[in-house]
Amino acid sequence: MSEFLNFLSSANTQWVLLGSIILGFASGLIGSFVLLKKQSLIGDAMAHATLPGVCAVYIIFNVKSIPLFLVGAACTGLLATYLIQAIVKHSRIKTDASIGVVLSVFFGFGIVLLTYITKNTKGNRSGLDEFIFGQAAAMVKSDIQVIALGSLIIIIVSALFFKELKISIFDPQYAKGIGLPVSLFNLILMGLVVGIVVVGIQMVGVVLIAALLITPPLAARYWTDRLGRMAFLSGCIGGISGVVGTLISTAGDGLPTGPLIVLCASVIFLVSLLFGARKGLIIKAVRTT
Amino acid sequence: MSYSAWIILTGCLVGVTCGVTGALLVLRKMAMLADAISHTVLLGIVGAFLVTQSLNGVPMLIGAAIVGVLTAVMVQALDSSGVQSDAAIGVVFTSLFALGVVLISFIGDNVHLDVQHALMGEIAFIPWDTLTINGVDLGPTAVWMLGGVLLLNISIILLLYKEIKISTFDPQLALSIGVPVVFIHYLLMTMVSFSTVASFDSVGAILVVAMLIVPGSSAYLLTDKFGMMLILSGVIGALSALVGYGGAVLFDVSISGAIASATGLLFTLCFLLSPKHGMIAKWFRRKKMQQSV
Repeated sequence: MSEFLNFLSSANTQWVLLGSIILGFASGLIGSFVLLKKQSLIGDAMAHATLPGVCAVYIIFNVKSIPLFLVGAACTGLLATYLIQAIVKHSRIKTDASIGVVLSVFFGFGIVLLTYITKNTKGNRSGLDEFIFGQAAAMVKSDIQVIALGSLIIIIVSALFFKELKISIFDPQYAKGIGLPVSLFNLILMGLVVGIVVVGIQMVGVVLIAALLITPPLAARYWTDRLGRMAFLSGCIGGISGVVGTLISTAGDGLPTGPLIVLCASVIFLVSLLFGARKGLIIKAVRTT
Repeated sequence: MSYSAWIILTGCLVGVTCGVTGALLVLRKMAMLADAISHTVLLGIVGAFLVTQSLNGVPMLIGAAIVGVLTAVMVQALDSSGVQSDAAIGVVFTSLFALGVVLISFIGDNVHLDVQHALMGEIAFIPWDTLTINGVDLGPTAVWMLGGVLLLNISIILLLYKEIKISTFDPQLALSIGVPVVFIHYLLMTMVSFSTVASFDSVGAILVVAMLIVPGSSAYLLTDKFGMMLILSGVIGALSALVGYGGAVLFDVSISGAIASATGLLFTLCFLLSPKHGMIAKWFRRKKMQQSV
């Protein structure tokens, strides 16, 4: 126990925990909008698509710089989103197949670049591998500062435009009618999603970051019908998952952080599914009998 | 047979097996369910290992089939309880996949099963893992497993060709004339799980997803005929394996990654050049129409 307390009081751990709370909260918050827009899986594709971006930046500049990685990740993430929409628009391919095509091809190409890096550059690729599943234990203070700052900006932006985002998702026609630039707010939301994916991949990894956008809001949905409360609750669920997952990961011996955070969120989802006050299975069963 | 010939054969078998099955998924708008299953199958493999303590093919197929069908059932259950379908897929596959990854990290280093392997596969090692019966070397295990699954898939499709076709294009009609639509749905999910687990060891999860979704989508751009689309999809899958292997050797990179990229390349070609549904053909037709007006 004292060992555990010792570990908790170390400055690095505290930074990592702080980062995971803010990241979890921000992704839960954004996730609520994404869920209502029915774009959950686009977030997944975007996350997978960041891998080639990160690798390409490393090949071009041959330095391990987190800000540069994030720029590369954002570029390919946005490109993937654009391609998904372009394929649907210009051919008979449906959205789900289009997402699958873009996701798997981008990720496959990312793996190609990753192996190219291993074989052709002097530097080892450790640090790049962590982008696949996330490794909180390997992060240093400056990484956390990027995550915390990025998440904080995302939280503030979505709080500022909360009403506008809400109207343009729920009723785009009405929003246009009262003069809101709906396409601008769609763009802002897309930017926020790219932002959270990009700052989150270091901690959660590209394969599972989408879960942080999908699971918390889905769990929150079982407790309330109001978007404001749902977004806040979803943020809290994300934050709790972040902390608990990171704690287990850093305390355990090299357990991957991302999957643990996701599992925590899944457990909360399961509890909500059963016991949720609004639409939980038990409440439903009681009502129908 | 030489070392690289075995690798190419394995790649082509993955292409045909996943291509044919995947074409059905693309038509039934279940591409993302395939993505989900190819992730969750990892849990089935780890589970089979934990139960039997060996990396044997048959228990793995069973484990994968169970988890694959479980994935489909869970998504269906959430879907019918009011969760929108894409979010239902998202929450189920990330949960099960995360569980699989965490369980893998508990398995010791001495076992040939890790996350890297599960994601990227180790097709380069396929020729050394051979099947020996009564002291006779019969070639790589993966080739036998893939061949078996391919044979199984093709016989199912041939046997139930009409039923699958009707339930794909008009589920209502199929139901009214007594076709077991639900059974076919889960049969298909089992086929996907089998194809995934047979391909998993050699090419990893990423390539399985690419091979399931991309060749089917490319074939969908080339033809309007059901049977033709299945054949084309298999051919495109095999072709991607050839192109990808060539690229991988040329640039000395991951074979499965290169094959996934090759599926993307072929898809881009179909997207642009397909005589009927391609961008360029459409553009010409529009141009012509404007002129005739």
